[in-house]
Amino acid sequence: MNFNMTNPDQIAPSEQASKSGKAVIEIKDLYKSFGDNHVLNGFNMTLLEGENLVVMGKSGSGKSVMIKCLVGLEKPDSGTVKVLGKEINTLDQQTLDELRSDIGFLFQGSALYDSMTVRENLEFPMRRHKEKLGVVTDTEPLVREAMENVGLAHTMDLMPVELSGGMKRRIALARTLILKPKVILYDEPTSGLDPITSKEIIELMRSIQKKYGTSSLIITHDVDCARVISERMILLVDGINYAEGTYSQLSQSADSKVEAFFKK
Amino acid sequence: MGNTTTIFKGIKEFFIEIGDLSYFTARFFKEVLKPPFEFKELLRQCYQMGNRSLVLVTVTGFIIGLVLTLQSRPTLIQFGAVSWMPNMVGISIVREIGPVITALICAGRIASGIGAELGSMRVTEQIDAMEVSGTNPFKYLVITRIMATTLMLPILVVYGDLVALYGSALVENLKGDVSFQLYFNTVFDALSFADLIPATIKSVFFGFTIGLVGCYKGYYCKKGTAGVGVAANTAVVMASLLLFVVDFIAVFISDIFYEL
Ligand SMILES: Nc1ncnc2c1ncn2[C@@H]1O[C@H](COP(=O)(O)OP(=O)(O)OP(=O)(O)O)[C@@H](O)[C@H]1O
Ligand SMILES: [Mg+2]
Repeated sequence: MNFNMTNPDQIAPSEQASKSGKAVIEIKDLYKSFGDNHVLNGFNMTLLEGENLVVMGKSGSGKSVMIKCLVGLEKPDSGTVKVLGKEINTLDQQTLDELRSDIGFLFQGSALYDSMTVRENLEFPMRRHKEKLGVVTDTEPLVREAMENVGLAHTMDLMPVELSGGMKRRIALARTLILKPKVILYDEPTSGLDPITSKEIIELMRSIQKKYGTSSLIITHDVDCARVISERMILLVDGINYAEGTYSQLSQSADSKVEAFFKK
Repeated sequence: MGNTTTIFKGIKEFFIEIGDLSYFTARFFKEVLKPPFEFKELLRQCYQMGNRSLVLVTVTGFIIGLVLTLQSRPTLIQFGAVSWMPNMVGISIVREIGPVITALICAGRIASGIGAELGSMRVTEQIDAMEVSGTNPFKYLVITRIMATTLMLPILVVYGDLVALYGSALVENLKGDVSFQLYFNTVFDALSFADLIPATIKSVFFGFTIGLVGCYKGYYCKKGTAGVGVAANTAVVMASLLLFVVDFIAVFISDIFYEL
């Protein structure tokens, strides 16, 4: 085979060695099932520093479950999950909270707090992490900076119901950025948005990565999004990392399960 | 055959539910005393709860007082005991009707509100978002709400009692020429601490039950928008049923104390 195709127990060592950076996320042999529904069956993945990695999979293939294991929202049945060098499932609550402040999480449906204004939404993550940011009283400049990053500084005092889906997604992104995370996890950043708004979000993601040098793990089933943003891709099929490679490598694959992703 | 399996399944689910609710209660007591405390959110919840139910409690309390007096009048007149009206109405409202009616109103208004609110926060991943941003959602959302209902219900009950007594006094004033002052003096003479204290303690437990069930149903809401509706609905049903169970236990216990 001319491109990098992996089995669950063989994670492309050549790929890891070729990158100079160190791994910020390492998933090894991740298993997770809900009753009889075996969602993840030995998933492996490594995200390198400064990299844009896209994980693609069909709806219901367990992408969200996998990404939630990374921040401890779901507990894996077995396997190890290391983020920024720390094994997530062995941490006590305080260390976990500190680690979480270094991980940004953009939720699939934006997950803005309905009962709070946009400003309060952005202030919320800071209430427990003021020491990290070095602010004690005035959070306003940070909020403003984050809102200007996403180009929505004028919506500060609106409630989430007054915003469109695309605006919500951008504000959710601003909220994710406010703690200056080292890694950002995007759960379907473009789902439910029209193509133009999707493009804007993707542009935003790229500009953020350039500005802050974050590593990004992007989960999607949107091929266009994957093409534009990915440096490397993993296909999640049947609960394992079925195939791995760059967009052009994978899109030329002859494997029927891989092909299915790229068919128009 | 099919019937027995559904019955068994029902019984099993019932016990699982009781187990989950007990676990949830235990978690509340474990976390309620641990800092950090969310005082600001607690105050906001107290205000919201009072604000949401004040009108309903006023209207129902007033009508209950009015109706109870109108209905009892003919019988009391028959026995020549109409001057006992304030005593009878006062005691029945303060000891039983006030707390139970107010609690039921709040179960309908507050428990369903909490169930729907937390349910939609669960479904739209707002609770997950809170958790990853370093705020314990159980403390911020659940404990504040349960504390708010526990603190506010006794206050609402006292207020509802007073409104109901006012309704009753109004009838007596119009139909029986009893002055408001005489009416309320008689009521307060008739009431003793043995009536007030059990009623207040009972109200505290009612408030706790309402908050607990609302939060439990919302916090463990099933995915999907249908789940939110189910959470709100079952919260009302379960809270109302549990209120009667709590009421029964409370009356049973205070009865033992009377006999001592
Ligand atoms: N809390 C849960 N309890 C039971 N089953 C769950 C739970 N969370 C996820 N699942 C199941 O796990 C499977 C994968 O779900 P997941 O949300 O990860 O899919 P996904 O790949 O993110 O899909 P989508 O693209 O639609 O978001 C689904 O079959 C789902 O029913
Ligand atoms: Mg998903």
